Amino acid sequence: MGWARKILRVNLTAGTVKVEPLNMEWAQKYLGSRGLGTKYLVEEIDPKVDPLSPDNKLIFATGPLTGTMASTGGRYTVITKGALTGAIACSNSGGFFGAELKFAGWDMIIFEGKAPSPVFLFVEDGNARLLPADHLWGKSVWDTEHAIKAELQDPLVRVSTIGVAGEKGVKYACIVNDLHRAAGRSGVGTVMGSKNLKAVAVRGTEGVKVRDFLGFLKASETAKGVLAGNAVTGQGLPTYGTQVLMNVINETGAMPTRNHRDIQFEGAHKISAEAMAEKRPTDGKPNLVANQACFGCTIACGRVSMIDKTHYTVVNRPQYWGASGGLEYEAAWALGSNTGVDDLEALTFANFICNEQGFDPISFGATVSAAMELYETGALTKEQTGGIELRFGSAEALTQIAELTGKGEGFGAEIGLGSKRLCEKYGHPEFHMGVKGQEFPAYDSRGIQGMGLTYATSNRGACHLRSYTVASEVLGIPEKTDPLATDGKAGLVKAFQDATAAFDSAGICIFTSFAWTLQDVAPQVDAAIEGGWSVDRMVETGERIWNLERQFNLAAGFTAADDTLPKRLLSEPATSGPAKGRVNDLAKMLPEYYDIRGWTTDGVPTNETLARLAL
Amino acid sequence: MQRSLNIDPGKCTGCRQCEMACSYENEGVFNPSKSRIKVFTFDAEARFVPYTCTQCSEAWCMQACPVDAIKVNLATGAKEVHADLCVGCKVCTIACPFGTINYNASSGKVMKCDLCEGDPACAKACPTQAITFVDSNWTGLDKMRAWAAKTDTGARAN
Repeated sequence: MGWARKILRVNLTAGTVKVEPLNMEWAQKYLGSRGLGTKYLVEEIDPKVDPLSPDNKLIFATGPLTGTMASTGGRYTVITKGALTGAIACSNSGGFFGAELKFAGWDMIIFEGKAPSPVFLFVEDGNARLLPADHLWGKSVWDTEHAIKAELQDPLVRVSTIGVAGEKGVKYACIVNDLHRAAGRSGVGTVMGSKNLKAVAVRGTEGVKVRDFLGFLKASETAKGVLAGNAVTGQGLPTYGTQVLMNVINETGAMPTRNHRDIQFEGAHKISAEAMAEKRPTDGKPNLVANQACFGCTIACGRVSMIDKTHYTVVNRPQYWGASGGLEYEAAWALGSNTGVDDLEALTFANFICNEQGFDPISFGATVSAAMELYETGALTKEQTGGIELRFGSAEALTQIAELTGKGEGFGAEIGLGSKRLCEKYGHPEFHMGVKGQEFPAYDSRGIQGMGLTYATSNRGACHLRSYTVASEVLGIPEKTDPLATDGKAGLVKAFQDATAAFDSAGICIFTSFAWTLQDVAPQVDAAIEGGWSVDRMVETGERIWNLERQFNLAAGFTAADDTLPKRLLSEPATSGPAKGRVNDLAKMLPEYYDIRGWTTDGVPTNETLARLAL
Repeated sequence: MQRSLNIDPGKCTGCRQCEMACSYENEGVFNPSKSRIKVFTFDAEARFVPYTCTQCSEAWCMQACPVDAIKVNLATGAKEVHADLCVGCKVCTIACPFGTINYNASSGKVMKCDLCEGDPACAKACPTQAITFVDSNWTGLDKMRAWAAKTDTGARAN
């Protein structure tokens, strides 16, 4: 009920698949998806393991609301030790794959070992088998999905796969399902590639039951009404997608520009949601074609775009003329503002290449921007880049390097290292804009102070999806706080982190939290599964998950010294906008955060805290 | 008044709430593989198109059934499969030109849309009104209205 109570263990080294009952004691403590998958990982691997060794494991996990009628109830999480960071990685994806896995009767798949040659897993309800994938190795995400559907003679299978980037060891390779939805960050696709696992194909016809169907339908319908009636989830996101933020964040003075040298982008209006909806002078059509929902989602924020057929990137290349996942705010920022490129069609093309070959546009765009800074300061030469003039603002350089990175060729192989390794290699570690080896997302923490603490303490490295305090500091959700103030941000970050862990572990999308609080989620979870899931229990579960992830990272070798920000954000004042003259005042927030968390001054959970959370 | 399902793909986001509602209504479980309505995604065009039985007046499935297991519900106009009579021969699935009646291997019978006795779950679940349940005689009303607006010149007689 809610849970399928069954997990699939796949040993790639031995080529075996095994059914196991779900550990219900852990399910009651960690809920599902992110939380429960993390518990399994923590119990089963050595935290010091090399992420790319066969001893690392890769877990695909659904939550109790995955495959139900709850709005956005179609998500799954991939949990592993991240290739980019060496920290706990848990990357969440929408689309349709997660629900299909649940319909096939599985809470989780645990992959262990490494296949001697490329394989893909085919799950058809209760049956699972490993099939050869030598013929798929070297294929893109798009070609792999089509080839698997043709081979299995089943257009209804759902496919989650790596592209060439994951095969070639690009450190921030994604796992992409349904052609353009991705478990995007931290290099979960790199780990998959290191295991010679190309794809997972699922067909599920068993369906999902919940504990109390009538109670569940009532709770989920009420909650859907909340989403529909909310300005962000009912209007802003369906109409503009996450790109609704482009102009807002730029005006807030928190849009990292040219590798965070600036904080506002003069070309923002050319790559915004409004620009995507405008008819192009060349062909009279807008870049944006449709908004697409993931499984069960009543928000439907997904952008689907088509590139202008006369644009230099796609002339005579009809494989890029069809629609694919378009620019979300994060991609538009990373590929655009952060590289100084304001050519909307070029950004869309780079995003398509990320979809096609499976790599994270955030880390990619941020690494390109770091490389551009290296290039402009002379630390990187034209000979070293293979003749590419990596200047800020160059659309040609961006799209060329995107194609090379996707295939791990030429200088693209170095961009595939991620900005930390790249900047260290070329002698300027200070140009790496990230935390714990993972590049920043689209909010400059000099302009939104709470995000500095969010990034510094995020368990998977710099990330906006662990505690999106932008909601409060900019949008006023659930209440407005001053983005330039540090007071109260420690508590705000903790509250967001714990709630987010609970949302993620339920199997729903964090975007619901623009309108929902745990008061809206708990009744749905409670009707779906046994155990009596109150708001308090959800919060406590979220806090437990956060501390479990923290403990893994500490055991992996991270310390309080890693809870920090690059020097640029701590000592180089913002150049314009409302935050002009400000740096991020992390030192004012971090000690208070450790204290509120019940951690020592060294950022280690105290015995009392662990006992309180039954860890 | 008889009502029909009216589907407007232009409003569909492809979320599958309709498939979930249909499967729950008919099977008591969330299971799109047992839904009588199906959403098709045409990726290259970014179109999402729900499709189900249109309840033909002289239904091919009904006429082809050798055991008269498909009957008209006089109240709703739906052609309903009577599971107690259906022998699972699948002749109806061959006869239907639209593919909207299909065999269900779990039950050994065929399944098709029966309009939920006049209160279709798919239409209620659709968050964007891409599926509505309207007067059977006026399923063209929205299109007519749109074209009427387009053909209107705005001119007034003095």
